[in-house]
Amino acid sequence: MELKDMIRGCLGPLAVAIDEFRGDLSVEVPKSHIIDALRRLKDDPGLGFDFLSDLFGVDNSEIYKKKTASKKPGDEGPETPSENDMPSPPRFDVIYLLLSLKTNRRLRVKARIAEDDPVIDSVTSIWKAATWPEREVFDMYGIRFKGHPDLRRLLMWDEFPAHPLRKDYPLEGMGEERCLIYE
Amino acid sequence: MGLQAYSGSGWILTKLEDLINWGRKRSPWPLPYGTACCGIEMMCALASGYDMARFGAERPSFSPRQADVLIEAGTITKKMVPILKRIYDQMAEPKWVIAMGACACSGGVFRTYSTLQGIDKVIPVDVYVPGCPPRPEGLLYALIKVMEKIEKDHPLRKQFDQLKLGVDNGA
Repeated sequence: MELKDMIRGCLGPLAVAIDEFRGDLSVEVPKSHIIDALRRLKDDPGLGFDFLSDLFGVDNSEIYKKKTASKKPGDEGPETPSENDMPSPPRFDVIYLLLSLKTNRRLRVKARIAEDDPVIDSVTSIWKAATWPEREVFDMYGIRFKGHPDLRRLLMWDEFPAHPLRKDYPLEGMGEERCLIYE
Repeated sequence: MGLQAYSGSGWILTKLEDLINWGRKRSPWPLPYGTACCGIEMMCALASGYDMARFGAERPSFSPRQADVLIEAGTITKKMVPILKRIYDQMAEPKWVIAMGACACSGGVFRTYSTLQGIDKVIPVDVYVPGCPPRPEGLLYALIKVMEKIEKDHPLRKQFDQLKLGVDNGA
């Protein structure tokens, strides 16, 4: 039985989209069911994705900008529903890389997150190892993880005012400095 | 340094300032503050191959209280600025600073939001060592430059100036 079919059978309607690229499988699940989906993938006897090898965020805003820019305004031709009429796709992804230590198979699980509601359930209840990666994603993208035991910044200092891996943040920063304050 | 030894029970005639500089110059105890690849290069300079101890940097001090020369080797992130500043503040006077490597001098290749663009934004620097990373010889050269700087120092001038001012004010 193909891995794709096994995952489809395991997740059922939770698998919004399954995509294969050069033998790498990725499955998209709705963010409201992320805990349920990952627990199913972990506990399924045939799959047993019991190891969370990484968890990170993605900001897609530049890709969307390029897509909209490539369409010239005032193009002659049949009227197609333009990008502006469609609801804009969610800006962020949170991606979970899973590994099955039993079968040595890997899977990418993706949850899409809208900019106006950057909250997703924390998976620390399933994998303790998710605490620091989730803190990093919170630090870099500002995505909050509901139910995280200790959601603080991981890389930047606590008072840092921005989320530096967002695509609208300049590489050289906006002049944030940290100084020593004697109490 | 005009040093004349007389026979007998070992008299030395010299200037007190020269004596102080002579002592300081020959014992520049380093505080190794290695944060990145330059730190490895600094360890190499301190180890037997290059043997920084030849120049009196015999004891790398891991306490700022007993160190003279802060060797800042490596990238300093903005997050680390308070720690670096506090270490520098805790060092007893007189103190000197060597900025080792491109990152310490100017931020180097890391022109980013997270990297301090040169430690001279935070603490005063005496000698800059270019290179990415500099060879241990570069660090030894910088140490000799610090020694030259110490040699030209006037450690008593400030005290005497204050004394003179005091006399003037008293009169």
